[in-house]
Amino acid sequence: MPERQTIVIPTRRQFLVVAGGLAVTSTVLPLAASRPAAATPDTMAAAIRDFIGEATVRDGKVKLDLPPLVENGNSVSLNVTVDSPMTEADHVKSIAVFNEKNPQPNVLHFHLGPRSGKASVSTRIRLADSQRVVAIAQLSDGSFWSDSVDVIVTLVACLETL
Amino acid sequence: MARALVNVPAKAKRGAVIEIKALISHPMETGYRHDESGHVYPRDIINRFVCTYNGVVVFQADLFPAVAANPFLSFFTVATESGVLALSWTGDDGRTQVETANITVE
Amino acid sequence: MSFDRGGTGRIIPGAGKLLRAHHGIRGGAVAAVLWLAAALAAAAAMAAEIAPGERRSGYELLSRETKAMQDDDTANPGTLWVLDGEALWGQKAGSAERSCADCHGDATTSMKGVAARYPAFDAARRRPVDLEQRINVCRTERQKAPPLAPESKELLALTAYVARQSRGMPISIAIDRMVEFVEAGRSLFHRRQGQLNLSCSQCHDDNWGKLLAGSVVPQGHPTGYPLYRLEWQTLGSLQRRLRNCMIGMRAEPYEYGAPENVALELYMMWRARGLAVETPAVRP
Repeated sequence: MPERQTIVIPTRRQFLVVAGGLAVTSTVLPLAASRPAAATPDTMAAAIRDFIGEATVRDGKVKLDLPPLVENGNSVSLNVTVDSPMTEADHVKSIAVFNEKNPQPNVLHFHLGPRSGKASVSTRIRLADSQRVVAIAQLSDGSFWSDSVDVIVTLVACLETL
Repeated sequence: MARALVNVPAKAKRGAVIEIKALISHPMETGYRHDESGHVYPRDIINRFVCTYNGVVVFQADLFPAVAANPFLSFFTVATESGVLALSWTGDDGRTQVETANITVE
Repeated sequence: MSFDRGGTGRIIPGAGKLLRAHHGIRGGAVAAVLWLAAALAAAAAMAAEIAPGERRSGYELLSRETKAMQDDDTANPGTLWVLDGEALWGQKAGSAERSCADCHGDATTSMKGVAARYPAFDAARRRPVDLEQRINVCRTERQKAPPLAPESKELLALTAYVARQSRGMPISIAIDRMVEFVEAGRSLFHRRQGQLNLSCSQCHDDNWGKLLAGSVVPQGHPTGYPLYRLEWQTLGSLQRRLRNCMIGMRAEPYEYGAPENVALELYMMWRARGLAVETPAVRP
């Protein structure tokens, strides 16, 4: 029986990772590590840098609304509202939402303008795990403002597929 | 054609800020799911949503796999004139689906 | 459709005989009544049912956001299936080239109250059928079209559209010809099964409201089926949910359309009597 490095993809139940050098029985299938590394605070920081460039981000003006405790990470209601008159001279140009622990850090980028009337968007997102979610707004004067929420994601009690 | 549900007020006063809601049937396959043998279900999501008001873009969104299945969006726009709101969703396969709604602004 | 398979999750011997014996109901009427009396006595000894005043829909356990998702038709993903069902309702199908509308007219009137009284007794088959089976009876016998597969987009859409017409109405099953099937369902609900040796009743009658691994245990009333389950990321039927529950209990699930599943559905709808239909509901 050839030695195989068998990596069991971490499912939501966080099964064990079996390191290399162990003999494997025929009942365990060798699985490709097809799931990429999850986002980390560093990859989120990099994605944020892509959005804001060299600018600094200030706290304020942005209100990110997410439930602190989520029944199911497949669908989490999100609202982001920015305090802005939304005039030609002073409005929100875009809002970007980022996350810390999904496979990749971007969630949504919204593009608004003076025609929006109100800088408030609602949607439903996926969260793979308990984590921080960050919303950053870019205003027409080039400034960046942000808000963040820490969300706890619970898993269903019973595994229901074979 | 995926089933879509668009909610635009039929009538509004000029200058009023109105809410538009858009819901479309789509699995938003992330590209990170796999079956027991390791076969990955390929990514297949709606990656772009655009709303135009008599041809002028008034709202756009870039969507990533972190958007929930059967994506829902609610946003605002100023009721400037009577006409047509066109909401379009574009998928990874490049195809776009457009739904329109008329609005009377007085 | 075998009642005699061994292993976990199989129907208990008495109930199995009863479901088959119904075909000879006229001759076995006395026997059925005696069996029923015995079953009721046994039922009384089982875990207590939830008192009528204490019955609650799982809706009440939802977060504010999920309740809002269910309440707003323009945001409820189930609406997408209801709209699909509305389109299918008017579509001609089968070699008979008939649509549902051709016989049933406007569903908003003709289907009002239907889902609130299903599963219902099918006189020709002399057993209860659920709404999905009823739709397929119409498909095959009236439209002369092939039946729609369980959990298919079309069957879910039509079922959701029909059930939506009962939204807000109290569940009210007329059990007069189905008492023994209700009792069979009740036995199944109370039967310990699977590797965990758990019955439905132990969680949903005895421990509702308590936490199981971070989720609150609901009473398990099927008020909003077919419903959009966040875990599925799609709409699904009560039978799908029952099968998933049984897998969760490490028991062998019954096949779609199996008499055990229909008996369970019937019992659970009877158990939920008086609660309002919520279709299409949203649940975690």
